[in-house]
Amino acid sequence: MLHYTLFLTFGAICVAGAVNLLIQRHPINSALSLVAVMASLAVEYLLLGAEFVAAVQVIIYAGAIMVLFVFVIMLLNAGEEARTGESRIALLLGIPGILTGAVLVAWVLEHAGSPAVAAGALPGSPRVIGWLLFHDFLLPFEVTSVLVLIAIMGAVVLASPAAKSISEGTQN
Amino acid sequence: MAPIATIHYLIVAAGLFVLGVTGVLTRRNVVIVLMSIELILNAVNLNLVAFSRIWGLHGQVFAIFVITDAAAEAAVGLGILIAFFRNKETVNVDEIDLLKW
Repeated sequence: MLHYTLFLTFGAICVAGAVNLLIQRHPINSALSLVAVMASLAVEYLLLGAEFVAAVQVIIYAGAIMVLFVFVIMLLNAGEEARTGESRIALLLGIPGILTGAVLVAWVLEHAGSPAVAAGALPGSPRVIGWLLFHDFLLPFEVTSVLVLIAIMGAVVLASPAAKSISEGTQN
Repeated sequence: MAPIATIHYLIVAAGLFVLGVTGVLTRRNVVIVLMSIELILNAVNLNLVAFSRIWGLHGQVFAIFVITDAAAEAAVGLGILIAFFRNKETVNVDEIDLLKW
């Protein structure tokens, strides 16, 4: 019962936050509703027993990435987005698409049988995940570290003022 | 009352994915487009973790890799955005047409 309530509550917060991200005009409001989505997803991970993924979700997504987003929004001083004319093709395709999707979801819920998820046990402890990362996935792990290093260097080169003077130098 | 099954998590993830695609296709602000991409990656992560409940823990390890890639993507994307804003003073995707001819 508790499991059911938690799943429904945080699943609803998750989807409602995503909808709010789309309908808000100001980027800061969108960023804050994305934080709500990330946090409620972490609760869903905990319900699935993935405690390490839930912790990583809160630390990296709701912490680091969202701070980066808010920082850039403040830096660029991005204001409210102007509405353009409503797209007719979006209405023509979107409403039948939503109806089809709802019917499909209802049909799947009626007919598909899948194993129930038991609450309580947490199989994804940091110990097990760490063992897998450093044994079965050692090569992907090291390749990912190279990827992150290159991404950091790329971000520094792109965002530093030196890049500006270089691009201006080539233009002149 | 039916118990929570894997399919319920998949439906929440499908909703997040569709909302993310809608955001990428309809919003004009680049920052919000990047946030919608994060939404799509989160939907994939929820699928991976839900399936790891059935098939073993490799899905959770893969979800951690996806989170790392999302961090790298956000850093590079926002770096590009800052460099672009210096030159053109806009964050709207419909005004970013340097490569169009």
